[in-house]
Amino acid sequence: MAKIIDDETMENVCILAKLSLSEEEKEKAKADMQRMLDYVEKLDELDTDNTEPLSHIFGDSNMFREDVVTNGDNKEAMLANAPKAKEWQYQVPKTIG
Amino acid sequence: MKQYETIIGLEVHVELATKTKIFCGCSTEFGGAPNTHTCPVCTGMPGSLPVLNKKVVEFALKAGIAANCQINQYCKFDRKNYFYPDNPQNYQISQLYLPICHDGWVEIVTSAGKKKVRIHEMHMEEDAGKLIHDEWEDCSLVDYNRSGVPLIEIVSEPDMRSSEEVIAYLEKLRCMMQYLGVSDCKLQEGSMRADVNLSVREAGTEKFGTRTEMKNLNSFKAIARAIEGERERQIELLEMGRPVIQETRRWDDNKESSHAMRSKEVAKDYRYFPDPDLPPVHISDAWIQELRASQPELREEKQQRYQKEYGLPAYDAGILTESRSLSELFENTAQLCGNAKKAANWFMVEVLRLMKEKAMDPEQVSFAPEHLANLILMVEKKEVSAQNAKKVFEKVFDEDIDPVSYIEEHGLKIVEDTGLLTETLNRILEENPGPLEELLGGKEKVFGFFVGKMMKELKGKASPDAVREALNKEIEKRR
Repeated sequence: MAKIIDDETMENVCILAKLSLSEEEKEKAKADMQRMLDYVEKLDELDTDNTEPLSHIFGDSNMFREDVVTNGDNKEAMLANAPKAKEWQYQVPKTIG
Repeated sequence: MKQYETIIGLEVHVELATKTKIFCGCSTEFGGAPNTHTCPVCTGMPGSLPVLNKKVVEFALKAGIAANCQINQYCKFDRKNYFYPDNPQNYQISQLYLPICHDGWVEIVTSAGKKKVRIHEMHMEEDAGKLIHDEWEDCSLVDYNRSGVPLIEIVSEPDMRSSEEVIAYLEKLRCMMQYLGVSDCKLQEGSMRADVNLSVREAGTEKFGTRTEMKNLNSFKAIARAIEGERERQIELLEMGRPVIQETRRWDDNKESSHAMRSKEVAKDYRYFPDPDLPPVHISDAWIQELRASQPELREEKQQRYQKEYGLPAYDAGILTESRSLSELFENTAQLCGNAKKAANWFMVEVLRLMKEKAMDPEQVSFAPEHLANLILMVEKKEVSAQNAKKVFEKVFDEDIDPVSYIEEHGLKIVEDTGLLTETLNRILEENPGPLEELLGGKEKVFGFFVGKMMKELKGKASPDAVREALNKEIEKRR
């Protein structure tokens, strides 16, 4: 049986994801998350006793870059994506530290 | 009061001295104008793909080998998830499950002698951006130049027992990284940062107490003060029968106290999972062999060599090897002048004196070794007086002038031609008939009077030996 998404789990997910949901939204999200878990549970049907753990879907490894600077100053284009900017910096709500 | 033992473990972040960031081709240069070293990868734009900088792996391996670590020849990257504006991807790419190096040790030396501090692991990860508080608009501003700068995090075992041991450990790491060339470890620029995990327990007991983690430590002095402060705070709690709470505390060096960070700032559930964008790293035996073979001479080996090869005292060898850059300057000077002992003497006396006077770091000393070497040779050949050479060296130290032409131009060269010497000598003898008569009459004390007058007149252009010789000859002649 898949883990049950209870109210406590839902609350914790909201804290971690920094979401404030209404009671209605929470119930809906709970049901969605439960469906995901049930779906993934299907994998438990496979016998993986003799399967090597896989950490990456490609067989590749060692995809390296050489240590050479290829990017220049592109701040105008970069900051064009910022909802708010000031003095060439991204402006965000006040944080501590 | 009961006796307490302090248990300390450290998490040290070291910024690697690569030219580019860990996953993109942006420059890592310190001090650039805000957001001039950023691209879609290091600002976490959707669809961008990280590609690992090979140099980062190489530097992490070098550090691991030097710290006697085991290498995970198959390692990979994981995502550490948290929301904070300095972290534009909402996750930091780090290594949790298979860190590149683990189970090593370094040896530290304190007043109590030598001690091994075990290294739990070293892993590669990316640095975060920099947040500045804007007083005018009561908001924060983010500069992502530092985002994606490569770091290794070095996690020690809880093996340290005092601030003295902690400082010795940090100095050891810093020296090692500088010698390896993997980091400049400048605390003031943040290229070396330490978080301190500290707990206390009653002396003689086995069980560890509850630990706290302290952040925001920017200097060795601040670290020492924070350790003393936290030790006292925890002991006070225990003495009052109150529990120590496991939490992250922020040290305020101005107030010399710490406060607990809000729990919101330190969500401990990072939901790590393997990064699907980065394929794993296979480190071959050959690569490790190659790096082992190319490891530079580290401080301890250098110290030994200076004593054996150059015949320097252990104390001098210790001082001269404290910084890699200073030791290289010394070695080059020694080689160029062919006299390691003389060169060491100049470093131990003049270089150290000037560094202290000007409050300079060893890395800031930047005169050309051939300039000091030539000066040493000139002193050896008695072409310049020791007194004048010291003055000239101050110019070499400050402005890196060429001492040979400086000495010529300023008439400080000792005159070999006896013409000037005899001429001056005769003049001085004429001007002082009384003392001359005494000297001729056998009053040897007056000899010194004439040597002094000559030295003053020639302003160090003649060596005392040459003056004495000329005076002796002249007296013989006149007798």
